[in-house]
Amino acid sequence: MGRLSTTLLGIELDNPVIPASGTFGFGWEFAQWYDINCLGTFSFKGTTKDPRFGNPTPRIAECASGMINAVGLQNPGVDQVIREELPKLAKVFRKKVMANVSGFSVADYAAACERLDQEEQVGWLEVNISCPNVHGGGMSFGTDPAAAAEVTRAVKKVTRKPVIMKLSPNVTDITAIARACEEAGADGISLINTLQGMRINLRTRQPVLANVMGGVSGPAVFPVALRMVWQTARAVRIPVIGMGGITTAEDVLEMMMAGAVACEVGAANLVDPCACKRIIDDLPAAMDKYGIRNLSELRIR
Amino acid sequence: MKQTILTIESNSPLTSAVYRLDLRGAEEMQRPGQFINIRLAGHFLRRPISVYDQDGDRLTVLYKTVGAGTEQLSRMQRGETLDVLTGLGNGYDLGKAGTCPLLLGGGVGVPPLYLLAKELRAKALPVTAVLGFNTREEVFGEAEFRELGCEVTVTTADGTYGTRGFVTDALPLNYSYFYTCGPEPMLRAVYRATNTSGQFSFEERMGCGFGACMGCSCKTITGQKRICREGPVLEKEEILWAD
Repeated sequence: MGRLSTTLLGIELDNPVIPASGTFGFGWEFAQWYDINCLGTFSFKGTTKDPRFGNPTPRIAECASGMINAVGLQNPGVDQVIREELPKLAKVFRKKVMANVSGFSVADYAAACERLDQEEQVGWLEVNISCPNVHGGGMSFGTDPAAAAEVTRAVKKVTRKPVIMKLSPNVTDITAIARACEEAGADGISLINTLQGMRINLRTRQPVLANVMGGVSGPAVFPVALRMVWQTARAVRIPVIGMGGITTAEDVLEMMMAGAVACEVGAANLVDPCACKRIIDDLPAAMDKYGIRNLSELRIR
Repeated sequence: MKQTILTIESNSPLTSAVYRLDLRGAEEMQRPGQFINIRLAGHFLRRPISVYDQDGDRLTVLYKTVGAGTEQLSRMQRGETLDVLTGLGNGYDLGKAGTCPLLLGGGVGVPPLYLLAKELRAKALPVTAVLGFNTREEVFGEAEFRELGCEVTVTTADGTYGTRGFVTDALPLNYSYFYTCGPEPMLRAVYRATNTSGQFSFEERMGCGFGACMGCSCKTITGQKRICREGPVLEKEEILWAD
């Protein structure tokens, strides 16, 4: 085991750096920038049972130290992901990939997860519960402990792979949702997804995003994410993956000190395509600076 | 696609809002219609700007100051450096030009047509360029396209310079193919007014500029495309206009 290695739900990672879903496509296109085998793993583009075009454009706005996106889960659907994207990935990535799944009904989640459970390349299922529940009045699954637990149970029923529930930060008490997922059988928790936000164009007096609202990410959200990871890591016994505004090796250390066993890096990939490689390369020097021999010593349990 | 640090050789205004930025240190040759994505201190997202010209390691872009980012860029000085992603997007396809190609540019849609004109002229093709602007004070590029040996017509919407009207009011009678870039209303007008095939370069708000975020997706007759990756140039026949 190296200084950077960590274990994520039974699978050894060379390092804790994981490009986050929605910022890394299906991985293979990033092989043009660097050898992506240096990553711990990565979480692929949020995949749904059926193909989705997503929201109208503009889908992107900028804010101080961050960005706002309203892409709307554009993806080719789980069948095409398995048929076309995973074989392309296999040519350039020899590690297990984290499959990120979204849905708009409990049955959607289960259907997509059941298909991905069959894939040897998939090491973990990361279930994004920030989507609106079309059968539940459009409220996000992730804002209601009962709905979050229902999705968790449905997914656990169809897979033997570790299930990581990815939480929305747009809630009053993140620990209530985390505990509900844990009790329903989740193997791990990842957080935070984006915070809801918006911008208005002063010239047109209209919202910048066609969807009006979107998800804020980038360094602006790091302190919020850190706080929620700290709270969640102390509220559940299952492993927690921290994400939200990480751009440096120091951010990774801070997130692990808050209780994360691994870290996802999102928006940084969109500004600096080599961000994750740079963070991994910078980690040993940052650890030396703070007297950390092995990342495993930062685990809170 | 490459991430490089480029050094500012010069950065000066051509009009009250359009600047010419010459950068040194480019490592890869840009194709006409491609763009670069510039990182600016204090701004999270990069600024995508189309390539105007390249001569060896000197890469030139023309940009308009439209917000805090480009205004900050306009204050940068010779010798300062920029973190730039180069070689982005799919450029114009020169192979379809035919015997007498037509270039139609509007405002800051003019710059990407310059490198295209240069390469078409290098193939000894007769090139007609119609450059459209709102008003006399905004006109740029006329002399540069003439120097390449292009037949140039300038239009202004208010008639203060050149032909009064839009680029579509100054179309030549005969052309084999066209290449265009400009604001969307102009592109729609060009789509209706032209009688040959052609290629359109589109603009969209981008997250990354290299295909990762799906921020600039559009629907086309040949499927979903990313303006930053499969675009920004689309063929006339594949365009689906959004309502």
